Amino acid sequence: MASRAVYVHRDPMLKKRDDFEDILEERRHSSDLRYALKCYTPVLYKGLSPCRASELKSMVLQSDQLQYVINQVSKEMGRTAEEVQAEASTILDEMAHRLQISTVRFFAFTLSKIFKTLFRSICVNEEGIQRLQQAIHEHPVILLPSHRSYMDFLLMSYVLYTYDLSVPVIAAGMDFMGMKIVGEMLRMSGAFFIRRSFGGDKLYWAVFSEYVQIMVKSGFAPVEFFLEGTRSRTAKSLTPKLGLLNIVIDPFLKGEVFDISLVPVSISYERVLEEALYARELLGVPKPKESTSGLFKARKVLSEDYGSIHIYFGQPVSVRALAEGKVNRCQFNLTPRHIPRKPGEEIQSFVNDLAYRLVRSQEENMVLTPWVLLAFLLLQNQAVGNERGMSLDELTEQAAWVRDLSRQFGAFLHWPDQLPPSKVVSSSLSLHRGLVRISDGRVQLALEMPHSAMTSEEELLNRAVIILSCASYRNQALHLFIRPALLAVAIQAASSNKKQEVYNSFSFLWNMFSNEFILCPGAAVQDFEEACYLLVKSGALQISQQEILVSGRGHRTLAFLANILDPFLEGYQMVCRFLYEATEGLTEKQFVPAVRKFIIKHLLTGRLRYAEVLSSDLQKNALAALLRLGAVQKLKGCQGALKVNKVIVNSLEDTLGKKQAVSRSLNTHGLFLDLDKNSKLILVSVSQRRKAAHSEGSRRSTLIPTR
Amino acid sequence: MIFSNKRSRQILRHAKPAGGSSSPNCHHLFSWYMIFNLTELLLFHRQEIMKWNGWGYNDSKFIYNKNGQAEFTGKRYRLSGMIIPGLRDWMESTFGATVQHKTPATPVLNTSAVQPPTLNEAFVEGIKSTGIPFSHDPEDRVFRSHGHCLHEIFPLREGKVGRVPDMVVWPKCHNDVVKTVELACKHNVCLIPFGGGTSVSSALECPPEETRSIVSLDTSQMNRVLWIDEKNLTAHVEAGIIGQDLERLLNESGYCTGHEPDSMEFSSLGGWVATRASGMKKNIYGNIEDLVVHIKMVTPRGVIEKSCQGPRMSTGPDVHHFILGSEGTLGVVTEVTMKIRPVPEYQKYGSVVFPNFEQGVACLREVARQRCAPASIRLMDNEQFQFGHALKPQVSSIFTSFLDGLKKFYITKFKGFDPSRLCVATLLFEGDREKVLQHEKQVYDIAAKFGGLAAGEDNGQRGYMLTFVIAYLRDLGMDYFVIGESFETSVPWDRVLDICRNVKARIVQECKDRGVQFQPLSTCRVTQTYDAGACVYFYFAFNYRGLSDPLHVYAQVEHAAREEILANGGSLSHHHGVGKLRKEWMRETVSDVGLGMLKSVKDYVDPNNIFGNRNLL
Repeated sequence: MASRAVYVHRDPMLKKRDDFEDILEERRHSSDLRYALKCYTPVLYKGLSPCRASELKSMVLQSDQLQYVINQVSKEMGRTAEEVQAEASTILDEMAHRLQISTVRFFAFTLSKIFKTLFRSICVNEEGIQRLQQAIHEHPVILLPSHRSYMDFLLMSYVLYTYDLSVPVIAAGMDFMGMKIVGEMLRMSGAFFIRRSFGGDKLYWAVFSEYVQIMVKSGFAPVEFFLEGTRSRTAKSLTPKLGLLNIVIDPFLKGEVFDISLVPVSISYERVLEEALYARELLGVPKPKESTSGLFKARKVLSEDYGSIHIYFGQPVSVRALAEGKVNRCQFNLTPRHIPRKPGEEIQSFVNDLAYRLVRSQEENMVLTPWVLLAFLLLQNQAVGNERGMSLDELTEQAAWVRDLSRQFGAFLHWPDQLPPSKVVSSSLSLHRGLVRISDGRVQLALEMPHSAMTSEEELLNRAVIILSCASYRNQALHLFIRPALLAVAIQAASSNKKQEVYNSFSFLWNMFSNEFILCPGAAVQDFEEACYLLVKSGALQISQQEILVSGRGHRTLAFLANILDPFLEGYQMVCRFLYEATEGLTEKQFVPAVRKFIIKHLLTGRLRYAEVLSSDLQKNALAALLRLGAVQKLKGCQGALKVNKVIVNSLEDTLGKKQAVSRSLNTHGLFLDLDKNSKLILVSVSQRRKAAHSEGSRRSTLIPTR
Repeated sequence: MIFSNKRSRQILRHAKPAGGSSSPNCHHLFSWYMIFNLTELLLFHRQEIMKWNGWGYNDSKFIYNKNGQAEFTGKRYRLSGMIIPGLRDWMESTFGATVQHKTPATPVLNTSAVQPPTLNEAFVEGIKSTGIPFSHDPEDRVFRSHGHCLHEIFPLREGKVGRVPDMVVWPKCHNDVVKTVELACKHNVCLIPFGGGTSVSSALECPPEETRSIVSLDTSQMNRVLWIDEKNLTAHVEAGIIGQDLERLLNESGYCTGHEPDSMEFSSLGGWVATRASGMKKNIYGNIEDLVVHIKMVTPRGVIEKSCQGPRMSTGPDVHHFILGSEGTLGVVTEVTMKIRPVPEYQKYGSVVFPNFEQGVACLREVARQRCAPASIRLMDNEQFQFGHALKPQVSSIFTSFLDGLKKFYITKFKGFDPSRLCVATLLFEGDREKVLQHEKQVYDIAAKFGGLAAGEDNGQRGYMLTFVIAYLRDLGMDYFVIGESFETSVPWDRVLDICRNVKARIVQECKDRGVQFQPLSTCRVTQTYDAGACVYFYFAFNYRGLSDPLHVYAQVEHAAREEILANGGSLSHHHGVGKLRKEWMRETVSDVGLGMLKSVKDYVDPNNIFGNRNLL
């Protein structure tokens, strides 16, 4: 912990947030048609020389950047420049949006109708809208909404239209284009389509990045894309994808625009439309292909109540301000800027930090409903095997306790304080009656009773659907508790209450789970400090110079927090066990089905507590973590065959399984799990470790002794 | 021999304006015939005719007259004695600077504020025995203690004086300099060469950490044209000569150097060499490094010069390039052989209006690509265009004002140019009449391709006139809470638009962030074109009312602007030099090894740091 950065804690409770305004309110009282045909004159970027969507195309095709790549490709492939140019033009046709105000108006009309039936309200922070309006006037703006539902981008455009702001151009996955008419409609309302993968295709990349950059540079319209790359099926934020972010900030780094404003937008749904769909997908029922007819079949969702939506437009982030002192823009001085080159390390780490920062600010401004807190309690209660559920009173008491805790941690909680807690709880439960069952004043998850017609596996999967759906609500608030939860587990696991010991085990967990949760790379120390700060503030811990002590009333808090991580610990442990037992030649592709089978087997024997470990998301994250830490390697040229370091995987499983044992009594075998210079797990002997610790001073703080 | 103030005042009184001779097609915007011959005055006490705490001549300045109208005083310039009706409004609307809020300068130097000189007696004795004139009069010393950076002038206006030279010496020839430098080495005093005093890089500031006696070596007495060689078209000139004198003397023989930096009224040949100066007509004549054929410099190691006047040599790295840009850190340039050209037969100004700055830059780029740049081509952005407009003197006849109105109508209404976006390029053609006209057509044809409209000779000429009076305008600003400055860079063509936009925006943003209460003026122009890039000038000024430390704010903003320039691929300086103001960026500019090379030269040439102005390195 030598590199203890100066880290100033701001009391999260003092975080100021804007008020919301329901935009559906007006729609319920005035004509949708008039609304769709209203005079629409959005503010534009002040430096904008007006241009139409069609002009963008020729700007892209004639740009130095693209011309350079076209020549390069034509030389490499032995094709004429004209051919390559024509191909570029085709790519661009496939990609480009054709934003038309008439289509926008059409959507404004139909969406008004649909939204009014689906949702009780769509709440928007109007101060955020004002900030956005200002930002759009001053600099090119990138809108970065969270991605939980297909609704997200329709909603975004709808809101911006409502507030007379430029409708954004939106990066959408190619899969939408498959939806015949709808695909084209989306295109005309500002969506542009990108292939999901085009790693090696230089020309595609060039067309794509130039297209996006020209829209950014010209301030044509705000560019919108999803940092998470895809909808999060678990409602946890996903590790941000950096490709598009790299592309949009490039014009700033190269000095082509003065600044770029990044606006994180948090969209929180009281009930996600895709709720059960996601759970099935995570359990291995493949996602239905997007099709127009599928959309019609989905009509039945129209008859249900999906509660409210909160859309929070965060503080615009100035790329210039953040890059100050972190990126030396002079690095572009010596080569012509239109020659593409890979971003250097400095830029990569800047973009990475930036992305995490933005995702965290999305998380922070997510509105949490009381139901989210109830999901924690119901899941925890279910896991301890309480077949009878909780009494309403008990649930209410605990919910109020979690409410207070979450507020201390800075939650953006919409808990109607004017109502008695029991009212709040029961009305939340009623909105989610598909997931909970109330009988005799006792509440539990609506898990189906054993049924003779079903195999035990089917039964298990049915239960898992409910549990994963419920977990997806709990996950909405995970970001709030994750750091304190890691600390809570670390305290349990550490061999002593010495701060350094606790930090070591915290850091181990932090490293292990950084593919699972949004933990900014390299910020372990900061996260530790933040967790300490929050727990001290809430009265759960007392921390002196050297020691961390749990206070009397802290046990309840710590137990609650540690419980949150339990399913994840169990899941990672199962993945390790699976890999330990796996046969040679397992490929990455086979991994998920195989591990699922393995876990189902174990679940059926009743040895596991959490059906949640069936989530393919968790399994994939665990594998990614193991790959990152070097416990598993991908062999080149063997169709993604995985090479497992069995010794390490085995000791990891032990370490994760016996929380107590993380660092106690483990020196018996004289081997330690440790991280080497490249942050890969290795096993070292005591003497090696000492030597290393000696030579590197106290910089290394992730030593994890093992048996 | 010490000159008394009284004596020079007498000289002044008897001095007649130097003859309005020169050439009949004299084109200079300050009229030659009214200029006092600085040389004849043996200008020991320049403060007699020049401001000690502002720019230029004592008699020339912008004032608000009894009627509250702006007026330019004196008789030296074309604008002199004229009313400028638009200026006051412009000052008010641009800066919020009103006549009620005045910050007048201290009129007279309070000599008791000047630290008594630290004299090196042995050196003084040595100088006395050589007969080289010297002085330790406070006014002489203060005058040579600064250049014209804002932070140098601003305190002087308030009567504040920092470290000044302890003594001024006036060597009259190369040998005097040799003797002076020898004495300085012998007695370990610090020498700071002083030419025209127009530096804008803190180059003349005395290093506050210097404990030795500081001697200002004023080169003004070395001002003769020693010979003119018409066969080779060269002239051998003493390096202390002031630009306007050099041009005038050569004009008498039908020649010119064509080197016309904006400061040429006051800056010296030696100063040009020492800073790598650039002249407005470099497209025809070249910059100073293209113009010099031979340089003689006195260093603590001895005299450096080449053995012949061959027009180009392959004899290892060109030693001239150690001297060019050495900023007084290695020695004193005493004599220079320069290329000369016959005075051009014909000159013509011109101007082109472009719908926007982007088009203007594209046109300049095309002109450079075709290598058909006129003697001078400059592109002002919209703010400067408006500023130029505000500086239009009162029109004498209704007819001209009617014509002006008609022009304006044609451009904005008929051609649809947006008055808040259009910009103007000013042009100067030079050469044979026929060729000039041909050249002019070629350039206007290119301009037309970029939407440019010819906007007449007057506008062009006024644009160049502004070059000379703009420095005076800063003094007016400072009378009314406005401080400002210009700085420059050079940048590849593909970066020009980006750097202009970003630096201007950075200035505005920094002002806002630092609590400047009024919108700053942040404007630029492209002043030179090259094959591979352009020189860009930025002007920046703001109303500092409400700020407790305006100079500090100013310095921070300028620093940020320079960082922005560098981040956008601009150079540290195109021709102002580095001095002490910009030396923190030298290492990243020339790399560690580059800086080491320069240091090793300094260490060899001047191991005891006699030339201790601490510029550059």
